[in-house]
Amino acid sequence: MTGEPAKSPALRFDAVVHSYGGRRGVDGVTLDVAAGSFCVLLGQSGCGKTTLLKTANRLLEPTSGHVFVEGVDVMSIPPVLLRRRIGYAIQAVGLFPHMRVRENIAVVPELLGWDRARIAARVDELLDLVHLPPAEYRDRFPRELSGGQQQRVGLARALAGDPAILLMDEPFGAVDAIERAHLQDELASLHLRLGKTVLFVTHDVEEALRLADTIAVMRDGRVEQSGSPLEILARPATPFVADLVGSHDALRLLAVVRVADALDGATSGSTSAPAGAAVRSDATLRDALSMMAQTGEASVAVERDGARVGVIGVDDMLAALRRITGDRGR
Amino acid sequence: MTYFLGHQSDVWLAVGQHALISLVSLVIALAIAIPLGVLAARAPAAGAPVLGVLGAIYTIPSMALLGVLVLVEGLGFWTAVTALVAYAQMILVRNVAAGIAGVDRGVVEAARGLGMGAWQLFWRIERPLATAVFIAGVRVATVSIVGIASVAAWVGAGGLGTLIFAGIDQGNDAKAVTGAIAAMLLALAADALLRALERRTAVSR
Repeated sequence: MTGEPAKSPALRFDAVVHSYGGRRGVDGVTLDVAAGSFCVLLGQSGCGKTTLLKTANRLLEPTSGHVFVEGVDVMSIPPVLLRRRIGYAIQAVGLFPHMRVRENIAVVPELLGWDRARIAARVDELLDLVHLPPAEYRDRFPRELSGGQQQRVGLARALAGDPAILLMDEPFGAVDAIERAHLQDELASLHLRLGKTVLFVTHDVEEALRLADTIAVMRDGRVEQSGSPLEILARPATPFVADLVGSHDALRLLAVVRVADALDGATSGSTSAPAGAAVRSDATLRDALSMMAQTGEASVAVERDGARVGVIGVDDMLAALRRITGDRGR
Repeated sequence: MTYFLGHQSDVWLAVGQHALISLVSLVIALAIAIPLGVLAARAPAAGAPVLGVLGAIYTIPSMALLGVLVLVEGLGFWTAVTALVAYAQMILVRNVAAGIAGVDRGVVEAARGLGMGAWQLFWRIERPLATAVFIAGVRVATVSIVGIASVAAWVGAGGLGTLIFAGIDQGNDAKAVTGAIAAMLLALAADALLRALERRTAVSR
C-alpha cells in the first residue's frame, strides 16, 4: 500500500444502504475515514452505527452503495481474506472461553499461516503492548481475567495480524468507569504510536470526544453531522446533534479545545504565572483549568517540548470559548 | 444371588450381548445424529421438521416399533439395533443442535470477524464449546439405549432381556430379577462413565 497516494482514504462508505426486513438500518451513508485517523460513529442504540461498521468487513453486506477499503471495493475481496487484514474488537464476551490468552491472540496469525516462533513472539509483544506481562497472563483462560484485562486481550487479538485498519464495536461497554478511562487513554496512545486507522462505535459522548479526531453523529441510519470533536460540539449542525453531544455544556467544550489554540488568539496580558506548575501546549483547556484549581492561581504557564512558550489565564480561556461558539451557525 | 452364582456364564454372556447391542447402536446413532444436529443448528427452518419427526418416533412404544421392524427386517440383532438407533436420535440430535445454538453469539461473531471460515468456525469454536451439552445428550441417550435394549430379547437379539423374559415365563423370579439388576447396573455404569467425561470437558473450557 506504500505506493498509494496519501489522499486515498483508508475506508470509504459511498451511499451505503443496508436494509433488513424492510427496515433501512443504514440509509445512505457517505463517509471517508482518512488513513491514520480515529473516527468515531456516535449515536443512540438502533441508529445504524454498528450496522455501518459491519459493512466494512462484510459481516453485513450493503444492500446498495459501496464500501472501499484502501481503495478496493470490499465486495471484490473474499470475506475471510478481507477480515484477516482488518482488526475487529467487540465487547469482552467475544473472547473464546475455551482458549488460553495466547491462543486467543494467535487466531489471526494462525489463519495467516505464520510459523510457531513468529506467533509466540508476536503474542508476547502484544501482551506487553497492552500492559499484561506475558509470563503472567499468556496461559490464562479468559474467565481468569477481569473485564478490563479481557478487553486488553481483545484489543491485542484485534492487532495480532498487524492490520492497517481496526474496527471496534463498543469495546469498552462492559468495563467499569475507572477501567474504561484507563483503556481509553491506552487506546489513544496506541493509536498515536501505531498509526492505525480506527473506526470506533460508541453511544458514549464523553468517550467519543476523548478519543476521536473525527466524529460522525448518526441518527436513523444517516450521518447527521461529521467533523472534529470541536466542530461537533461548538457548531452542531442540528438541534439533535446539539442535544446529543450537550453543546450547552461549556466544560465539555473545554475538554476538546487545546491550550495552543486558545493561546494563539490570546490578547490579554497574562504574563505572570506561578513557577513550577505548567501545562503542555497540546493539553486541553480542561487540563489547564484543573491545574489552576490545584495551584489556586488564575493562570498557568504553558510549555512545548519542555520550553516555556506562554501563559494562559482564565480570561484567555473564556475569550477562546466565546470566539469558538460565537460563530455558531444556527 | 444364588441364581447368578449358579449361572455365571449365562449372565456374563447376556451382559456381553447387551453391551454390544447398546454400543453398536450408540455408534451408529452418533454417526447419524451429529450431522443432523449440525444441520438443524445451521438451518433451523430445516431442523424443526427433522426434530418433529424424531420426536414422533420417540413416542412410539418400543414393542410397537419392534413389531413393525420385525415385519420389515425379520428377527435378529440388526432389528434391535435399528430400533435403538431410532430412539436415540431425538435426544442426540436435539443436544447437538442445542449445544451449537447455545454458543455465545458474541463469540461466533468475533470468530467470523477475525476471518474464520465456516469449517474453522465449526471445528475450533462451535465444536469445543458445544461438547459439554453434547456429552450430556450422549449420556441420556446411552442410558435410554441400555434400558430399551432389554426389549431387544423379544426380537431374538439376546442380551439381559433374555433372562428377564425367560425368568417371567418360567416363573423363575431369581432369573428375572438377576437380569433386571444386571441391566440396571450396566446403565448406571454407562451413566457414571459419561458423567466423568462430562465433568472433564466442562472443566477444560
